Amino acid sequence: MDRQGNKYTFLYASVMVIVVATVLAFVAEALNPIQKKNEEEAKMIDILKSVSIESTTANVAEKYEQYIGENVYIVNFEGERQDVKPQAAFNIDLSKEVRKPLSDRQYPVFECHLDNGEVKYILPVRGKGLWGPIWGYVALNEDKNTIFGATFDHKGETPGLGAEISTDAFQQQFKGKTIFDNGELVSVNVVKGGVPDDAPHGVDAISGGTITSKGLDDMLEDYFNGYEAFLKK
Amino acid sequence: MSSEKEPLFSSKNLKLLTTPLGAQNPITVQVLGICSALAVTAKLEPSIVMSLSVVFVLVFSNLIVSLLRNTIPSRIRIIVQLTIVASLVILVDQILKAFAYEVSKQLSVFVGLIITNCIIMGRLEAFALGNKPWPAVLDGFGNAAGYGLILVIVGFVRELFGTGNLTFPGIGEVQIVPDIVYEWGYVDNGLMILPPMALITVGIIIWVQRSKNKDLVDIS
Repeated sequence: MDRQGNKYTFLYASVMVIVVATVLAFVAEALNPIQKKNEEEAKMIDILKSVSIESTTANVAEKYEQYIGENVYIVNFEGERQDVKPQAAFNIDLSKEVRKPLSDRQYPVFECHLDNGEVKYILPVRGKGLWGPIWGYVALNEDKNTIFGATFDHKGETPGLGAEISTDAFQQQFKGKTIFDNGELVSVNVVKGGVPDDAPHGVDAISGGTITSKGLDDMLEDYFNGYEAFLKK
Repeated sequence: MSSEKEPLFSSKNLKLLTTPLGAQNPITVQVLGICSALAVTAKLEPSIVMSLSVVFVLVFSNLIVSLLRNTIPSRIRIIVQLTIVASLVILVDQILKAFAYEVSKQLSVFVGLIITNCIIMGRLEAFALGNKPWPAVLDGFGNAAGYGLILVIVGFVRELFGTGNLTFPGIGEVQIVPDIVYEWGYVDNGLMILPPMALITVGIIIWVQRSKNKDLVDIS
């Protein structure tokens, strides 16, 4: 057949597309269960990290069962607990929820029972950074006001700049901050130029990561507003 | 076919492997692939993992294109090359997600950006389309290694002077500049983390290389 003719070209392109599509579809299907498991484990590790429980992929399932287990539920904007299974609450996809208006979202709550009997409420949050989504987990004390710990992660923020939100040094700042001021929701503000260590509602932003810092600030305010009714109960 | 078979690592073949490391370096001499060299080099670890991913993609895309070189219709050859590169990149991404989840999270968007790395399309067009598979593999490896070499140097310099630490894959962050140096008044240069310093670091490497190898100096 004429190698430069239209017929050959079309045939070549069609065969190539079919072969490539088949291979990729097959690989994606075959690897999907492993990837899903990785994602779930990574999520559990993040959740536990917000209450300072370090875990690895090897022991996370066990630790999650021990500290949180079935104590996962969904609240609505009015702060009422919804009737859903823990697994369903765990699987709530925040990337979809975050696009809805505050009043229509479903808000998962992870209740963590620590060894010393204390209860922590872990709230997932999600928002926008500079290049893509950022998300995290904020653990509150029983007073539903003081932050016990927080962990953040991102999809593609700039390494060394915005990506610093996923470092311990940044996340440690959130410990002990409060989100209510005399019953008024003020969230935790990420302040450019820094704040004194004892400022109750502020943490230091990342130099060079202004848009990510701003995004994190907005994300916290957005989600604390959504959880406000639940937190005030 | 010549009656005498060419040895796998003949001097001609070895040259394919070594010239991209120096005199034909894709970044410092051909000035290709600069975009990703700026983006991922704020830390050492992503630089290393990115280099390895590019090695994989370039070696295999060169190999596949070289195997198919006599069948590819010349009018759609760019599309064919792009499809091959894109599929390999998706493959790398999927495999990383399944078996090296942590690393894949770190590289995130940059893996996808390998598709747009000019070095890859450049080598496919300039070399793989006109050469046998084995030289094409060597050429791919050499060029990806040349790219990786610069990436690692830049990542090393930027992270060391920007944060005083170095991050290695599998080990994590290691503090290199000892505390006592900080007590003497040394301060990390935060500017090193910002993208412009990658350009300046690459510029310095180009300067050093050209002042040693006058053949590279373009007088026109």
